[in-house]
Amino acid sequence: MSSAIVINEVSKRFGKKYVLNQINLTVESGQIFGLIGPSGSGKTTLVKIIVGMDSASHGNVQVLNTSVPNLQLLQRIGYMAQADALYNDLTGEENLAFFASLFKLKKVVQKERIAYAAELVHLTADLKKKVENYSGGMKRRLSLAAALIQNPDVLILDEPTVGIDPELRKSIWSELYRLKNEGKTILVTTHVMDEAEKCDCLAMVRNGEIITSGSPSELKNQYGITSLEEVFLQAGGKQQ
Amino acid sequence: MRILAMVKRIFFQMLRDKRALALMMVAPLLVLTLLNYLLAGNTVDPRLGVINADDNLIERLEDSEITVIQVDANTKDLLLDKDLDGILDINGEDISLTLTNDQPNAAKALQMKVQQAIAAEKAKEQAANLSSFMKTIQSKLPGMTDKMEQVKSPKINTSYIYGNEDTIFFDQLNPILVGFFVFFFVFLISGIALLRERTTGTLERLLATPIQRRDIVFGYLLGYGLFAVIQTIIVVTYAVKVLDITLAGSFWNVVLINLTLALVALTLGLLLSSFANSEFQMMQFIPIAIIPQVFFAGIFPFESMAGWMQVLAKCMPMYYGGNALVEVMYKGSGLGEITNDLLVLVGFALVFIVLNVVALKKYRKI
Repeated sequence: MSSAIVINEVSKRFGKKYVLNQINLTVESGQIFGLIGPSGSGKTTLVKIIVGMDSASHGNVQVLNTSVPNLQLLQRIGYMAQADALYNDLTGEENLAFFASLFKLKKVVQKERIAYAAELVHLTADLKKKVENYSGGMKRRLSLAAALIQNPDVLILDEPTVGIDPELRKSIWSELYRLKNEGKTILVTTHVMDEAEKCDCLAMVRNGEIITSGSPSELKNQYGITSLEEVFLQAGGKQQ
Repeated sequence: MRILAMVKRIFFQMLRDKRALALMMVAPLLVLTLLNYLLAGNTVDPRLGVINADDNLIERLEDSEITVIQVDANTKDLLLDKDLDGILDINGEDISLTLTNDQPNAAKALQMKVQQAIAAEKAKEQAANLSSFMKTIQSKLPGMTDKMEQVKSPKINTSYIYGNEDTIFFDQLNPILVGFFVFFFVFLISGIALLRERTTGTLERLLATPIQRRDIVFGYLLGYGLFAVIQTIIVVTYAVKVLDITLAGSFWNVVLINLTLALVALTLGLLLSSFANSEFQMMQFIPIAIIPQVFFAGIFPFESMAGWMQVLAKCMPMYYGGNALVEVMYKGSGLGEITNDLLVLVGFALVFIVLNVVALKKYRKI
């Protein structure tokens, strides 16, 4: 198994404050990797650095053996931002079509992908509605669909299931598994522990540092407890 | 093409935003119409009270469009009570003129007219005195038969290089205003559009796709440029055909100048939006970056500005735009005379475009 994402000694500083401090992380391809930590811990900054939206003050990131940032690489990364970045005055379909054409998908492929992505997030019936009439959950789902539109090899999802009801969350996760089985690499940030259980590998982030990492079962064994929440508290407690 | 995808999206968004569309297309017409009627309004004849004026003088004053009212005292109360603009008090050779001066321009004009009327009246008296004097001399010296020629006041034939005798201030101001409104509304709408894209996070999302930074800038230029073309044609057509404003030169040259101005406004709007975090902050640029432009667009004569103001004027896109528009619309110049202005405007646009592409680096380094 090769590594899809390699983060090497990455630090990020805003002024004098370190938001990320010496992060080392490797995501194997075909993995669902969970980045877990409270809000403000630096998850989003790390994710932005991986996509190339932000630059590290120190260290480097490689995705699919290519140094970030790289324009061609972006064709192969599906990114879902924490805030729903959608055009409210356009319909769901127009939003997806717009992103699809930014990835230069052919018309026929575009149609297929839009239909597929919409079906996946259960928005097929609402595609003709303007996004401003969508509920919060629907917008989240549309953002996810937009991240999948160009059939990327690597998916980077920043809190993808916030505001999505449990039933849909379950179906999204089952789809993530399906994507994983297709050989895609998925990086998910979350602050919900039960989602962390579903990842192949986890890294716990706090105050810009990775406090512990491993598969959910490894982590539980290591700390001798059954819940990830406890692991998080213990690992965090140790550090302080 | 990614640029085309951008253009298409902007087109959809704009067509759905009826208010912004109306602001761009209809608001300039409304403002131009109002100004047209305001500036073309007939001036009211000044009202002058007179004391001891003889009939000849009164007649002469009335000839020069002054409403003359006989009054008996020169007091402030009377001046205000009778709503007079001034009182002319004649006491033999001692003449005094009291002006209300609530509108300095009108007061100056009245003063001038009164002086002219008095001078003319005096000249006439002088001439009459002279001719009677001559007659007396002639009767006393029988040998002289030559009659003295009566001097007639000469008639001045006035001709105009630009405009004609019916030209009003608005005719000269209008080209500048047409350009300014195109400039202003394009600036506002494009700037706020890109700003909204920044604040909703879609710009960042956009930059997480393989789109190049310059594609975004050119997408915006083409998308909003298209609306600017339509706006320009509407505004210029309306000004010329409906408001009947002097258009001495070619209609298409006017459109060309306005389009170049719109291009500058578009690029400037996009650029300044990167220094704003909200719509209100965008508005804050209007008094700083937009309003001063109008002062340097030709409303105040460039020659009378102080040296440093002239330098400042040359940094303002509207200076070149206003100049070119006055050349074509009022003076009837051809493309040759405005080429320099157009080139400078294109230069401004190019600089702003480059700065825009650089400014987007804030979101993505490549």
